[in-house]
Amino acid sequence: MAKVVAVTGNEAVANALRQVDPDVCGIYPITPQTDMMQRFASYIANGQVTTESILVESEHSSMSACIGASAAGGRVVTATSSQGLALMWEMLHIASGDRLPIIMPVVNRALSAPLNIHGDHSDAMGARDTGWIQIWSENAQEAYDNTIQAFRVGEHMDIRLPVMVCLDGFIISHSIERMEYLEDAEVRNFVGEYKNFLPLLDLDKPKSYGPLILTDLYHEYKRAQHEVMTKVKNVVLDVAKDFEKLSGRKYGLFESYRLDDADIALVILNSAAGTSKDVIDDFRSKGIKAGLLKPRLFRPFPYEEVAEALKNTKAVCVMDRADSFGGYGPLFMEITSALYQLKERPVLINKIYGLGGRDYMPSHAELVLNELNEIAKGGKARIIKEYLAVRE
Amino acid sequence: MKPKGWKDLPPGSVVLEGGSAVRFKTGSWRAYRPLWIKENCIQCLLCWVYCPDMAIKVKDGKREEFDYDYCKGCGICALECPGKKGKKAIEMTEEGT
Amino acid sequence: MATGLTLKELSKKEDRFTHGHRMCSGCGAPTIVKMVLLATEYPVVAANATGCLEVSSCIAEYTAWKIPWIHTAFENAAATLSGVETMYRSLKKQGKIDTDVKFIAFGGDGGTYDIGFQSLSGAMERGHDMLYVCYDNGAYMNTGIQRSSATPLGADTTTCPAGDVIPGKLRSRKNLTKIMAEHNIPYAAQASPSHWMDLMKKVRKAHEFIGPKFMNVISPCNRGWRSQTNDSITLSRLAVNSCYWPLYEIEDGITKITYTPKDKVPVADFMKPQGRFKHLFSPSNEWLLKKVQEEVDKEWTKLKKQAECGC
Repeated sequence: MAKVVAVTGNEAVANALRQVDPDVCGIYPITPQTDMMQRFASYIANGQVTTESILVESEHSSMSACIGASAAGGRVVTATSSQGLALMWEMLHIASGDRLPIIMPVVNRALSAPLNIHGDHSDAMGARDTGWIQIWSENAQEAYDNTIQAFRVGEHMDIRLPVMVCLDGFIISHSIERMEYLEDAEVRNFVGEYKNFLPLLDLDKPKSYGPLILTDLYHEYKRAQHEVMTKVKNVVLDVAKDFEKLSGRKYGLFESYRLDDADIALVILNSAAGTSKDVIDDFRSKGIKAGLLKPRLFRPFPYEEVAEALKNTKAVCVMDRADSFGGYGPLFMEITSALYQLKERPVLINKIYGLGGRDYMPSHAELVLNELNEIAKGGKARIIKEYLAVRE
Repeated sequence: MKPKGWKDLPPGSVVLEGGSAVRFKTGSWRAYRPLWIKENCIQCLLCWVYCPDMAIKVKDGKREEFDYDYCKGCGICALECPGKKGKKAIEMTEEGT
Repeated sequence: MATGLTLKELSKKEDRFTHGHRMCSGCGAPTIVKMVLLATEYPVVAANATGCLEVSSCIAEYTAWKIPWIHTAFENAAATLSGVETMYRSLKKQGKIDTDVKFIAFGGDGGTYDIGFQSLSGAMERGHDMLYVCYDNGAYMNTGIQRSSATPLGADTTTCPAGDVIPGKLRSRKNLTKIMAEHNIPYAAQASPSHWMDLMKKVRKAHEFIGPKFMNVISPCNRGWRSQTNDSITLSRLAVNSCYWPLYEIEDGITKITYTPKDKVPVADFMKPQGRFKHLFSPSNEWLLKKVQEEVDKEWTKLKKQAECGC
C-alpha cells in the first residue's frame, strides 16, 4: 500500500536509503546534502537500519572508504554535493574503473568560486566523464524512485558500475512536496539481496584491486569499460519496467512531454522541467505546438532515442543549469551530438539559466518559447548561446 | 606472453590470481650472484629473513640453495652473513663468470 | 599455536608476499612487508598507498600479494582500509563472515606523512581496528627522490638539492610516530628491519589491541640514499645505533624504549655511506652536520625522559 506523504527531497531519498538498508555508508556534511545523511544517521542511531557508518573526515575519504567497503563485498552508499563531489573527483574515476556499484545521491549545487550553496548542475556535470551512471530527478518522487532503481541498475551483474542520482539543491532537497512511499518490504524485495562480485573479503581467493597498468593494456581496459556502459541503457529500461509493475509510475531514458507533434521544444533537466511543463501547457492552449524533453539517463547518454524524439521539431532550446566556460552548456553539447546524425535537424540554441540557485520562473520559459516560435517561423537563430534572465 | 584483447580482461582490472608475480623471474636483473659456501654456514637464517626477494630456499628450517630465478644480486645476504670463525658462508661473484 | 619468533620456525611459513616483485635490488620495503606478514598469525587484508611498494608489487597481471589487497590512490590507504574494515564489521554483525581478519595498510612516507596525513589521522581518530605500517625511506622515491616531510635535515633530494647556495633540506623532520600516539590510539611504535625480532614482536603486540595501531619502519632506499644495494640492513642498523631512528613503542600513551644501543655512534656514521649526505662533510657545511647531531641527541634525550617518567 503506497503511503502518501509530504516530505522534502532529502527526506524522501534518506527514507529510500533506509528502506534499502545498505551495509556501509560514508557520511560527511555539505550543504544542501547534509540533512539527507543526518536523517540517515538518526535511523542508524535508532536501530532502524543495520548500516555501519563511517563518519569520514572529508569527501575524498568518503569515496575512498566507500570504494574499500564496496570492494570488500557489500552494499555501499554515500551522498554529497558541489565541492564535496569536486573533492572526490579523482576517486570517482577509481570507483568506476574498479567496477564498484556504489550508489550516491548528489544534491546538485553550484561550484565555487565564488562560494554558493544553492542549486545548479555544475557539480554533477563536471563529473560526467567519470564513468558513473547518472540519473537525474525532477522532483522528490523521482529522486526517491530513482534512488531505489539505482541499486538494481548499478548492481546488475552485467553492469557493476557506480550510480549518481541527481536532485536539485534546495529547490527539491529542501522543499516539501506531496509524494508516495512504497512499503519497506516492497523496496527490499525490489532491490533484492546484494550479490557479490569479486569480493576482497573472499579470503580463499586473494585478489589485488588497483594494479599498475602500462601502455600495453590501459587502452584495452578502457575499451572494456566503454563496453559495459553500452549495456546500461537496456538495464535501465528493464528495471524501470519492473518498477512500473510495483509502483504504477513509468520511467524511461527521458521524459517526452507533449513532444510527438511539437514544432518547438525545450530540453531541460530536473526541477526547472517541472516549471516549464506548465508553460508548455499554456502555449498548447494558445495553439502553439510546444513540447519538452527532460533527460533522465544522462550517462550513458541515449543519443539515438533523443534524436528520434526531437527529429520533427523546427526549433529547440537546450536549457543548461551549468556552463562549460569557453564552450557551450554540457547538455547542449550532448543534444547537438545526438542531432548531428540526422539529415534534417531543428535549429538549436542554448540558454544558460538558474546558476547558483537563481530562480527559474514560468516567465523565463515563456521568453524562450516565444523566441523559439520566432526561430521556427524564420528559420534562423538570433544567437546560439546566451545567459537567460541575467542583469546587464 | 601474447598481449590480451579487451574481451579477455578481468573486470575492473582486478588481478584475480594472488601471488601471480612468481611468474616474473627477476633473476635476469643480476649483475652479481651470491654463492653459498655450505661448510661455513651456521644455518642462522639471517640471510633468509633479510632477503628482499625471498630468494633463499628453506626446507624444514634449514637453508638450501639460492633461488637464482629471483635473486637480484643485491648482496645483503653476503654482507649480513656472520659466517663461521670469520669465514663468510656467502660470497658475491660477477654474474656470468 | 602461534609460530615461535625464531627464524627456523618462521621460515616454515608460506610466503604471503612473493618474489617476482619489481622493487629495486636491495630495497628495504619488501623485507619490511615480509617481516610484518610473517609476524602476523592471522589472515590479512592489506591496503597500499600509491608508491614504490604499490607499483612494483602489482603490475597487471602480476601481483606479489598472496592476500587480498587493494590500492586506490595516493593519499588514502588509511581511508580505503577503513572502508574495508567497516564492511567486514558490518558483514560480521550480520553473521555473513566469522573469520578473524587483520587489516594492515602500507604506505610510504610520502603517502603517510604528507598527502596521506589527513586520511591517516581520520582513520586513527575513528578507531578502526587496523594497523598502519609506514615504510619510511625519507622521500618520494617512486617519482625520483623528492623531499617529503620525513626527509632528514640536511638531506639532498631533487626538490631540495644540495646546491651552491642552499645545502639541501633545511627543515627538520616531522615526528609522525609521536603525532600518531597523540591520537590516543592503543599502540604506536618505531621499528627497523635490521632488528627483525623487535619488529616482529611489535607487530604481534599491535595485533593484540583492538583499535588503530601505527608502526613507523625505517626503509633504506639505495637509489634515493645513494648507497650500495647491499647496505640496507647495515644502514638501518646504524640508524638505530646512532639514535637517529630510535626503537620504541607507545602503549596507551606510555613510552617504552625497546632497544638502547650499547655504544651510541655519531649520526655521521649513519650518513657517511649515503651520497645524499655527501655535502654535509665539506667544511662549509660543518654547521649543518653539527645541527643534525644536536637534533638527534635532543630527541633521544627527550625520548629517554619520557620513557623514564612513565608518560
